[in-house]
Amino acid sequence: MFTRIATIARNTFTELVRQKVFYILLVFALAAIGSSIFMAQLRIEAQFQMIKDVCLGSMAIFTSLLAILATASFLPNDSEDRTIYTLLAKPVPRFAYLFGKLGGIIMLLLFFTFMMSVVFCAVLWMREQSALAQIHTEFSGAPAEELQLAVKSVTDATFNSNLLPGILIIFVKAALLAALTLFISTFATSALFTVMITAAIYFIGHLQATARESWLQGADIQWWTRILVALIALLFPDLQAFNLADDMIAGAAIPWEIFVKTFALGWLYVAVYASLAAYVFAGREL
Amino acid sequence: MIRKILAIVLLGAFGLALVPFEQSLDAEQKAVQLRSVPIDLDLRERLGQMGFLAALSGFRSALAAVLWIEAHNAWERTEWGRMAGLFDTVTTLQPRSLLYWDMAAWHMAWNASLAALDDKSQPSEALRVRNQRQYIKLGRDYLIRGLRNNPKSAFLQERLGVLLRDKLDEHCEAGEAFLKASELPDATPYIARFAGYELSKCPGHEQEAYDLLKKLYAKGPEQRKPTLVTTLKELEKKLDVPPADRIDSPQL
Repeated sequence: MFTRIATIARNTFTELVRQKVFYILLVFALAAIGSSIFMAQLRIEAQFQMIKDVCLGSMAIFTSLLAILATASFLPNDSEDRTIYTLLAKPVPRFAYLFGKLGGIIMLLLFFTFMMSVVFCAVLWMREQSALAQIHTEFSGAPAEELQLAVKSVTDATFNSNLLPGILIIFVKAALLAALTLFISTFATSALFTVMITAAIYFIGHLQATARESWLQGADIQWWTRILVALIALLFPDLQAFNLADDMIAGAAIPWEIFVKTFALGWLYVAVYASLAAYVFAGREL
Repeated sequence: MIRKILAIVLLGAFGLALVPFEQSLDAEQKAVQLRSVPIDLDLRERLGQMGFLAALSGFRSALAAVLWIEAHNAWERTEWGRMAGLFDTVTTLQPRSLLYWDMAAWHMAWNASLAALDDKSQPSEALRVRNQRQYIKLGRDYLIRGLRNNPKSAFLQERLGVLLRDKLDEHCEAGEAFLKASELPDATPYIARFAGYELSKCPGHEQEAYDLLKKLYAKGPEQRKPTLVTTLKELEKKLDVPPADRIDSPQL
């Protein structure tokens, strides 16, 4: 069974690559390099913060868009070109088909996040080197203590151990969105409907925590309020939990336990949405 | 039918289990200053509908960067009022970012204040000076608000000290600010010296300044900078320190 899922995943990945989605990478690279050129006008510390803001923000936008758009289109496309019938006529269970498709999209998201991270790190490294060279020239006659402080201010502002967890959380959020889109597409009538509904859930998901906090305030909470909150928590994932990059750029550290919990929550949602999708798809008339 | 009911029940149970987990994760993330920025109606008015939507959708830092670039353009056109408005929005979007508070304060207290003093369209010198002071105070307010959001920031505390010292000549307040900064983790080694220098200029705090600088002097050559030695000698004279306790005493 696993081999079948892996084969479908590999083919989905190849299919998506052939759709030239990597042009988005080009846009990302342009945004990263362009912003880095513009940032040269700003103060050294500001340059790094801006590069991180622009690059991590773009990574979050592009991975989310890719996750929603790529997933929303594959079921209607496969139905339209009748690939789905050929596939399901073979000894491939419906859930294996869905999981394989989701696997392929997650592989693409992982590769995409990795490539964007490489571009981001390269741009950051280049600016760091140029800032260090500038500092060494400016502080050539200054005491060693001042030079050390200036160099430290640059190295502290560029690469730190928080970048990797921040990027991984962006990837998990995209995987979650892909699984959610997959679930919606199993009962949707068109790709457009899937995209619209997922976009709506995306916005609601960012407000879920605020609503939950407000509803669960106070001592006398009715049982039906809890049921309602549970239902909402399930239908609309708490997407704010995955927006750690904003605070990370500002200097907040992501403790290991919080990273693990957030990461696990993301995959838990992926598992639940994928299972729901398989359940609905099993009963769907094709 | 039974399968469907079972599936719904299982999902409901999963949802119920998820709520406490999400609540505890939410609390843990907030405790370490993650996802702790309140998105309120005031911000909605400043950002406009699309900006507010972007801030809600997890693109807060990217939006702050875009607005910061806009503020930079406003600076090039010397639109100080617009800059202040944009700084307010940027710092509301990213209140944990020390850089935004520091840069906003610097633009207001140094650049805008000087431009106000040099304003050729304002014939009254008194009004120009008043406008200059207002911009300096605006800069100081950014740092104070920044410190309210980041109370453990030695960097912002130091910047507040520098502003009070260089732009407002408030030596007592500057001394206090440097002293607070020197007690915080990540304080740079020279901050304690700065606190001593400023306190030495604050009437009634000379003894405090002397004790502080003497303690730093005793730490060794890396703290014995010319300004520290000169200030200590001046304080020794002012406080009438016995010759045996003075820094150039052969006994020390």
